[in-house]
Amino acid sequence: MASNSKTLRSPLQIARGLGSAKHGTEHWWHQRVTAIALVPLTIWFVFGVIRHLGADHAAFVAWLESPFSALMMVLTAVVTFHHAQAGLQVVIEDYVHNEMAKILSILAVKALCFVLGAACVIAVLKISFGA
Amino acid sequence: MVEFNLPANSKVGVGKTINAASGAKRAKTFKIYRWSPDDGQNPRVDTYVVDLDKFGPMILDAIIYIKNNIDSTLTFRRSCREGICGSCAMNIDGTNTLACLKAIEEVKGDVKIYPLPHMPVVKDLVPDLKHIYAQLASIKPWLQSQSPAPSRERLQSPEDRAKLDGLYECILCFCCSTSCPSYWWNGDRYLGPSILLQAYRWIVDSRDEMTGERLDNLEDPFRLYRCHTIMNCTKACPKGLNPAKAIAEIKKLMVQRR
Repeated sequence: MASNSKTLRSPLQIARGLGSAKHGTEHWWHQRVTAIALVPLTIWFVFGVIRHLGADHAAFVAWLESPFSALMMVLTAVVTFHHAQAGLQVVIEDYVHNEMAKILSILAVKALCFVLGAACVIAVLKISFGA
Repeated sequence: MVEFNLPANSKVGVGKTINAASGAKRAKTFKIYRWSPDDGQNPRVDTYVVDLDKFGPMILDAIIYIKNNIDSTLTFRRSCREGICGSCAMNIDGTNTLACLKAIEEVKGDVKIYPLPHMPVVKDLVPDLKHIYAQLASIKPWLQSQSPAPSRERLQSPEDRAKLDGLYECILCFCCSTSCPSYWWNGDRYLGPSILLQAYRWIVDSRDEMTGERLDNLEDPFRLYRCHTIMNCTKACPKGLNPAKAIAEIKKLMVQRR
């Protein structure tokens, strides 16, 4: 069946396949840019958390309330989850070869990253605006 | 989904041992992958113990000696025996390289020889290269132009000619592509380092007028962007070329033209 359909095609027909998607540069470039952006953001986040080791809830909230911390925290969440979904998509494309399983797992990963990112942003805004 | 079962012929058995080194001062053991499409058997590794004083210093000298004097069924490709034809590419001592350029004394202990990894095997050390040759044809590795053919040579400045250095030397042995895990997993669509180096060789050629179309043809999540800069290609290249850099240059041009 599948093997027969493959053996009767010319090697060039198989190699040319469905043609070029004319796409992928944006994805690759975003992955690089978000990776660079995450360097300062992650340093800020890690030091911010270390500075509050042992602090109580009120101190933590006070820190996140300030406009600068809220801005940095929102950026960290958005960029982290954008980078994560881009990277995980590449991993899935590398290793999952069943077309249906590939599409479903990519969509699931993107949905999860989107939900987690949005949840982070809402949490920060809620603290920042004291709703 | 992810495949957990090994494909057919993945289990490699132990084959025969032939000691052809009785009374040898310098004996060396060669363990060579064998598979024939004719006998319905799984692959095996045959062991040949040979006298190093009977032949030249390279791995290719050894396997030619084995074929001529010990076991004529041993099958492999070879032609120029000086690293310019690319025929004798195989996996020697765990690394893809050319048998004619690899000295036996570089290998400590037994010499293990397998065909290029993750390609279909035609017989013994001969891999089936028809897909990768078709991939090469798909990038149109020849000069393409729009302006009418000139009545004399197409001129190129020395600086532009220098851009082809490190690219034109590629002999298409495919040591790089078959060392690339990304090519192993997605070689049906990913072009692999050797073909992308060839593509870049024409993209960067100042006389070629189809640069944009060539980039269009490569701009694809699988054809180009399966390269994750693993760098096995550059490590494997027996000619000392840098396919990873050529791929990086293509990616830079992709961003530049946006």
